[in-house]
Amino acid sequence: MSGRTMAEKIFSRMAGREVRAGEFVEVSPDWTFSLDDGIGLIEKYLAAHGVTTLAHPERIVLFYDHYAPADTPLHGTIHRNGRLFARRHGIFRLHDVGDGISHQVATETGLVQPGQVVVNTDSHTMTIGATGALGMGIGASEMAFLMATGKLWFRVPTTLKVNLTGSLAPWATAKDAILSLIRTLTARGATYRIVEFGGEGLGRLDMASRMTLCNMATELGAKSSLIEPDACTAAHFAALGRTELPTLVRPDSDCRYDAIHPLDLSSVQPMVARPHRVDNVVAASELHDVAIHQAFLGTCTNGRYEDLVVAAGILKGRRLAPGVRMIVTPASREVYRRAIRSGVLEILADAGCTVTTAGCGACAGMHQGALGDQEVCISSSSRNFLGRMGNRNALVYLGSPATVSASAVTGRITDPRELTTH
Amino acid sequence: MLGDDIDTDVIYPARYLTVLDWTEQAQHVFEALGPQMQSKVREASVVAAGWNLGCGSSREHAVTGLLGAGVRLVVAKSFARIFFRNAINNGLAVIESPALVDALAEGDELAVDLTAGEATCRSGTLQFAPLPPFLLGILRQGGLWASVRGPGVAAGERQ
Repeated sequence: MSGRTMAEKIFSRMAGREVRAGEFVEVSPDWTFSLDDGIGLIEKYLAAHGVTTLAHPERIVLFYDHYAPADTPLHGTIHRNGRLFARRHGIFRLHDVGDGISHQVATETGLVQPGQVVVNTDSHTMTIGATGALGMGIGASEMAFLMATGKLWFRVPTTLKVNLTGSLAPWATAKDAILSLIRTLTARGATYRIVEFGGEGLGRLDMASRMTLCNMATELGAKSSLIEPDACTAAHFAALGRTELPTLVRPDSDCRYDAIHPLDLSSVQPMVARPHRVDNVVAASELHDVAIHQAFLGTCTNGRYEDLVVAAGILKGRRLAPGVRMIVTPASREVYRRAIRSGVLEILADAGCTVTTAGCGACAGMHQGALGDQEVCISSSSRNFLGRMGNRNALVYLGSPATVSASAVTGRITDPRELTTH
Repeated sequence: MLGDDIDTDVIYPARYLTVLDWTEQAQHVFEALGPQMQSKVREASVVAAGWNLGCGSSREHAVTGLLGAGVRLVVAKSFARIFFRNAINNGLAVIESPALVDALAEGDELAVDLTAGEATCRSGTLQFAPLPPFLLGILRQGGLWASVRGPGVAAGERQ
């Protein structure tokens, strides 16, 4: 019998027995997250089934990130109802307007710890895999079911390992690395599976980069993504004053992977995904004829402090190209505050950027930054689907914070090295 | 009949997430694909698609909007995982079978036995791998909530 993967170990703990990939298990997750865009539907399901008491209100955390602050009376009312819902059920963790995106807040506050299981009505919940926690997206009706009963079914997944080697060249980022991987493996390359990032190259990637990798494994179709806890993980929690972590879950050396895919970080170039598919990826330098109208820096993929610092490095002393607007949405209030304190926001504002409330921002076209007909956006987000930013007659390209910023300066899609080498 | 990698933004745009009524949701299903596809889906009870149907967001509206439009069965070469869960949990029957999708043509009538894993369409009868009994049970009872409806849950069962 081979050893067990990280995912098999985490599911075994949850199931209270040793389980293997392929088995169905009923689990009671450590954390249950819900968001403003789903809470109305969840309340509807709970009311329809006469549920008046929740199984584990102490494990529930609500986040207002998808349309905060509210842009319409309807969204405002949903926010209000959510606050009342939390009070009624004794849910004492509610991250209100401006606190930021659930995955970012959960990671930067140390709420979620390695080896824990988190479910959330958000497909990018696997972002927290960067800390060794297992995050999975689910729908609203099963979220309501989970809130009522405390339990949910899962199939234990197999694991695809990505073996990282080498180190990133200047102006090549984790975003470019994951876009390259998605190009190779396609949008369904990891369907139903865990993507585990490891290898000697991992040690040179910081927590922000790891979160970007795990975040976009979603676009490979993955059930979740994981990174084995290491010195970087320990440093992340130590900086938060959390020195006593639960027993760290690691894969057995003889565990069985579905496949092992190599990714040489040294060969990664700035990449861009073209409309309307995340796996429609080419080198940024091939797209210099594409004129842009909007540049968007933010989201759970690339709205972290480190991403804003990269943007400031390119935009310092420069101005946005005429006719181009750039929206900057910090992923959390903590990111926002750090960027104020360090002067990064001042540099971005001086260049002509519009800085918005922390949250999901323009990513899903739900409350701000919607594109006009025939407009083109270069975005640091994770999806460029038809109609994604609120308009089916617009085009969304995906790139790194460096590529987004360089493009905002020139007014066309630009490999950041064009601006930074001379 | 839909192609590969049909995502949830195409099936149901995010700006209508506040719509909770399934019939009303149906008005926005496939909005990105234009009015012709929208009227087609409202006349159909079966939707067939290629690989990775429902990739992208966790939004359940992509499933309940289809149910609101009168769709009862979705056949695909493969499903994205959250769409697959949402379908079963809401009682939308799913069949994962590349061969069946290839055998289907637009306008075909389709008879299926989900338990036996057998489908009959104009081009003949095909076998497919049925869902595990555990999931078939949820589906047969009309979804996750229907499968457990009882005094325990109604009163807010605690562990």
